[in-house]
Amino acid sequence: MRQAIDQQIAISGVGGQGVLFVTRLLAEAAIRKGLPVMTSETHGMAQRGGTVISHLKVGAFTSPLIRTGQADVFLALKAEGAGQHGHYLRRRGWAVVNGVSPDDKTTPGQWFWLDADDLAHGIGNPKAVNLVVLGGALGGAGAPPLFCTMEEIQAVLAERLAAKTALLEISYKAMAAGLQAVSPP
Amino acid sequence: MLGNEAIARGLLESGCAMATSYPGTPASEILASLAAMRVSEKVDMHVQWAVNEKVAFEIAYAGAMTGLRTAVSMKQVGLNVASDPLMSAAYMGTKGGFVVISADDPGPHSSQTEQDSRMMAMMAKIPVLDPDSPREAKSMVALAYTLSEAYEIPVMVRPTTRVCHARQDIDVDPLERLARSPEFKRDPARWAATPKFRHHLHMELERKLAAIGTYDATAPIQLNEGVSGRRAIVACGVAVAHTVEIMRDLGLWDTLPLYQVRQPYPLHRGFTDRLASAYDKILVIEETTDIVELQLSDRRRVVGKQSGDVPRVGELTPEVIEGLLCDFTGQSAPVVPPPAAGGRRPTLCAGCPHRASFFAIKKAAPRAIYTSDIGCYTLGLNLGAVDTVLCMGAAISQAAGFYHAFKGEDKPREVVATIGDSTFYHAGLPALVDAVSQSVKMVLVILDNRTTAMTGNQPTPESGRGACGEPLHAVDMEQLIKGCGVGFVRVGDPYQTNALIQILKDALAHSRETSAPAVVISRSPCLIDKQATLAKTTGPPPTVSDDCDGCGYCVQQFECPAIVMAEDESRVSIDPVLCTGCGVCRYVCPKQSIRLPGEPSE
Repeated sequence: MRQAIDQQIAISGVGGQGVLFVTRLLAEAAIRKGLPVMTSETHGMAQRGGTVISHLKVGAFTSPLIRTGQADVFLALKAEGAGQHGHYLRRRGWAVVNGVSPDDKTTPGQWFWLDADDLAHGIGNPKAVNLVVLGGALGGAGAPPLFCTMEEIQAVLAERLAAKTALLEISYKAMAAGLQAVSPP
Repeated sequence: MLGNEAIARGLLESGCAMATSYPGTPASEILASLAAMRVSEKVDMHVQWAVNEKVAFEIAYAGAMTGLRTAVSMKQVGLNVASDPLMSAAYMGTKGGFVVISADDPGPHSSQTEQDSRMMAMMAKIPVLDPDSPREAKSMVALAYTLSEAYEIPVMVRPTTRVCHARQDIDVDPLERLARSPEFKRDPARWAATPKFRHHLHMELERKLAAIGTYDATAPIQLNEGVSGRRAIVACGVAVAHTVEIMRDLGLWDTLPLYQVRQPYPLHRGFTDRLASAYDKILVIEETTDIVELQLSDRRRVVGKQSGDVPRVGELTPEVIEGLLCDFTGQSAPVVPPPAAGGRRPTLCAGCPHRASFFAIKKAAPRAIYTSDIGCYTLGLNLGAVDTVLCMGAAISQAAGFYHAFKGEDKPREVVATIGDSTFYHAGLPALVDAVSQSVKMVLVILDNRTTAMTGNQPTPESGRGACGEPLHAVDMEQLIKGCGVGFVRVGDPYQTNALIQILKDALAHSRETSAPAVVISRSPCLIDKQATLAKTTGPPPTVSDDCDGCGYCVQQFECPAIVMAEDESRVSIDPVLCTGCGVCRYVCPKQSIRLPGEPSE
């Protein structure tokens, strides 16, 4: 009973990294494409450095939560998220993680690694780690497609940051850096 | 739209003329969204944060007594605070529709309990609606107003975290601008009812409930119409949303009838009768209590909390529900991997003034009992500076309790209570008055960051600013405390940490010598409060010199996220991205190895 497009994306990070911001960008992109979407967010503790996870479900879903082993895509803004929340990823899913690939890989799915902290520093905004990782997810080498394209996310950002041209430019740069940096497993 | 935004939209679309609240996760965004929408849609209505949920309830209820549609919103433990007016108002009823939104937190994720507000509705004898999604939360607000006015009774709407903080694409309907004028007609037998009249009102209330138990618009519905069998599922709230999806995935949608209970109390009698006659086994999925289950007439055929099959503790996550459905239908449950260890615990932000205040308290009174309260400062737990957290305002009364318990001893314990400014106005004042009157030896440190921080920086009575940004009269904290008869009231700057330590020592001495509470106000704004009016203390990050030997004292006793211990544990460094330059770590380091640029070494 699932529609043609359905994709479940889990986004993990630490409060203050902008997990909610990325979740809402993706949700907005889905709405613009006329796709039904549900998300679940962690509030309150979100800005106090605790572990947070967002669930984003594009398609005819009724529940806002992704079940263990059901996420098509997993994004981790901190490497430790891979261990804490990696179990959401399905066997044939794929993940983009801000970190270094470990030697032993026992978790299911395809994992793409990038040093988003370094890249964010490189483009001049250390707080843009979230957008770097998002960029890595938007057409990373060899990965299956996300439900939306880089251009569609850029359009959402352009409206969100309409009055802040400098911030918008840096945001585009962050996503581009992430996209270029994603290396195949 | 966030579930809470959808509820706010629902209030506007129903012509709500007055809405009040006190911040609390997961409800806070309801009033905040309403205030923003009110401004952007230019609606003429009264929207305010109140000092606590009881006051918020009473204000909104009086509005409903005049025939206007009003609402009050809060989290589930806030309902405890509002329970006094709730119980009384249920008897008196209402003229204009009155909706009480109480948001529950199964888990709990950020509350002292995971209590079920629907149970409180049952105790109060008012109907409660249980939405399964942001979309349904919005439509249930309209339904609640209709029901409330049809029977002149307050109606509760009970969303949970996964409704409040879920987002869903939702269509908006036009706003209703009701042309109602307030009117108050004297009726002391109702609005000022004494016990004899209360008896009559109670009988009337019971009649209303019996009728509401047959009200068509809120009756339970079968979601997969036409599906029959000898087994069925009954669910409410977000559990319905999870169950629908899982049933489709498990191939049960066309074989197992699923009923959604939209009004858990009072449960429709026709429904309970039908269940008893049509099904041999019924699985009831609801959280967190078994209120629907308890109203079913024949529980021998029920699989639920009473039978020990459905957990009584914790959130009913989709994984748990999947296991329940598999057990109920004899399918094998999927293997769920054990949750990964740890997860980062939350901590105070880098540069938070509370961190400095707690460090000073530990220095000034290292062996005291530290009673504390609810807010961002509860995270003082991580610094070993918080011993008790009971409920709003209890820091002060518990401090008094500990004083009275130990006062007869040869070596009585010192007691230092910490409370935030918002919490102080919420519930701390009465406790402080009591401590003055009882000559309690204690020091109260009010951590005044001029905001209600943890819940999203809502204004307090000192802010001088309302929910819609309008100017309000600002309350003077020092005058208020002196007016209570407190003899020692001093204000300190947490970033001048050594000076604050001295003020605290003076306070302890004064309290001991005069046998009275002493109050220290440690005042500095929240660093992430975008609307702070007090000046924030920031600057360049300090540096760690080679004198640092990696003792780890700063990391353990101060725990600032900007102070990072090297992997080989030889020394610490300061993360310039996180550091706000408050400079307090300079006072913390026992080796004086942390210095501001340009500062001479000792």
